[in-house]
Amino acid sequence: MPDPAIELVDVNKWFDTFHVLKNINLTVNSGEKVVICGPSGSGKSTVVRCINQLEKHQKGTIRIDGVELKDDAKSAATIRSEVGMVFQQFNLFPHLSVLDNLTLGPIKARGLSRAKAEERARHYLERVHIPDQADKRPTQLSGGQQQRVAIARSLCMEPKVLLFDEPTSALDPEMIAEVLDVMVELAHEGMTMVVVTHEMGFARKVADKMIFMDEGEIVEQGKPEHFFTNPTSERCRKFLSQILQH
Amino acid sequence: MMKKALLLIPLLLLAGCSSSQTWGWYVIDPRTDSGWTNVKFLISGMGATILISLIAAALSIVIGLLVALPGLSEKRGWRLLNRVYVEFIRAIPLLPMLFWVFYGLPIVFQSMGLNIPIDPFWGAIITLAISDSAFTAEIYRAGIQSIARGQREAAQTIGLNYVQTMRYVILPQAIRRILPPLANQFIYIVKMSAFASVIGMQELTRRANELVVTEYRPLEIYTLLIFEYLILVLIISAGVRWLERRMGADERG
Repeated sequence: MPDPAIELVDVNKWFDTFHVLKNINLTVNSGEKVVICGPSGSGKSTVVRCINQLEKHQKGTIRIDGVELKDDAKSAATIRSEVGMVFQQFNLFPHLSVLDNLTLGPIKARGLSRAKAEERARHYLERVHIPDQADKRPTQLSGGQQQRVAIARSLCMEPKVLLFDEPTSALDPEMIAEVLDVMVELAHEGMTMVVVTHEMGFARKVADKMIFMDEGEIVEQGKPEHFFTNPTSERCRKFLSQILQH
Repeated sequence: MMKKALLLIPLLLLAGCSSSQTWGWYVIDPRTDSGWTNVKFLISGMGATILISLIAAALSIVIGLLVALPGLSEKRGWRLLNRVYVEFIRAIPLLPMLFWVFYGLPIVFQSMGLNIPIDPFWGAIITLAISDSAFTAEIYRAGIQSIARGQREAAQTIGLNYVQTMRYVILPQAIRRILPPLANQFIYIVKMSAFASVIGMQELTRRANELVVTEYRPLEIYTLLIFEYLILVLIISAGVRWLERRMGADERG
């Protein structure tokens, strides 16, 4: 049996005394798309941030490609080479051009030549449909364009897994579609994705597995067809009715 | 009534100034041979003051960064190290520290079997640099902390290590907020360098002291001394303002 791309076993985390993650068990197979939803404060972002160790979990096991994450160099190297991340606030580097945003990681962390890194950067800018913005500063772009640059920046590291932490929540409504389109294309190309989002249309289109979290627990998980039509838990039903109402 | 009476005191002093018996400008009158010699003697300390200040500031900028970084660590031990250094160094008045470095440190070196003499020049520089570094460290810390946490996280997710993150992502952004206060701090160093006179460093203040001893004209000589510092500081603050304007323009562009 092949190792799953991501495996969380009984993961627990506390912020001081606040128990933010309670016994999280989650398996993401290679090529799978998992969408995590839930009310704010439910711990869904924290799950994603634990997977790339922006937050450290205190109990339980997280494995990426079979490597157990600990506070050591091997774990750090595994995360760096295999996991990419797209943030809600884009977090582009404002002092660098779009192109330099994309080439910084490949050049400094991967040791690519500038020419090779730029070639790769232009390739991925093409893929997120903004090939001619390479020389601009991020602040000169619209929110939707910035988020697509951020996605391209992650892709330049050629990760096996891409994490999305509410990638459209900071966007104006008319820009959400252009970002989701890029994400759908990525999904269809076979990228392994874990996406925290409230965009249920996107979830229906690409998710292999839906996760609903509330108060630090995974309350419900399953295939989207069951999840949307026939959720078992009352909390999940209520949440879905609230966000699908409009 | 009382306040008005107090106002009279400086007025009386000024009136006294106009009487030629109190002022003896001849001592630094460049039109006379002896006056010109005295002025040249006083100004000749300028080079040492500038040199000491520049080297001390350069060292302080490096030491300050090295002290600030552990202060930004997530590990409590590192942060404690930073706090102890900053609080301790900041609490020591410059003059006692200067005495300790100049008279005490060579004895420490000797007891360790090292023969490292400390001359007034390096004694002053070491003291100024260490003393100032506690303040530059705090300037760095505030500047780096002002850069959003997401920047560091994004750098981490594209595989940059700590040094690379600082070098390519955090410091280039923080420097705009760090540089103006750092340049401001340079003014303090220039002024504090006057203390170097007490360990025999031949800088502006020392020259003035020596001339006072031979000419018995403290009022005129120290007045000129004050104007020497004033001119130095005015030049620096003009530089700081130019820097701030340039940084501001950069930010907009």
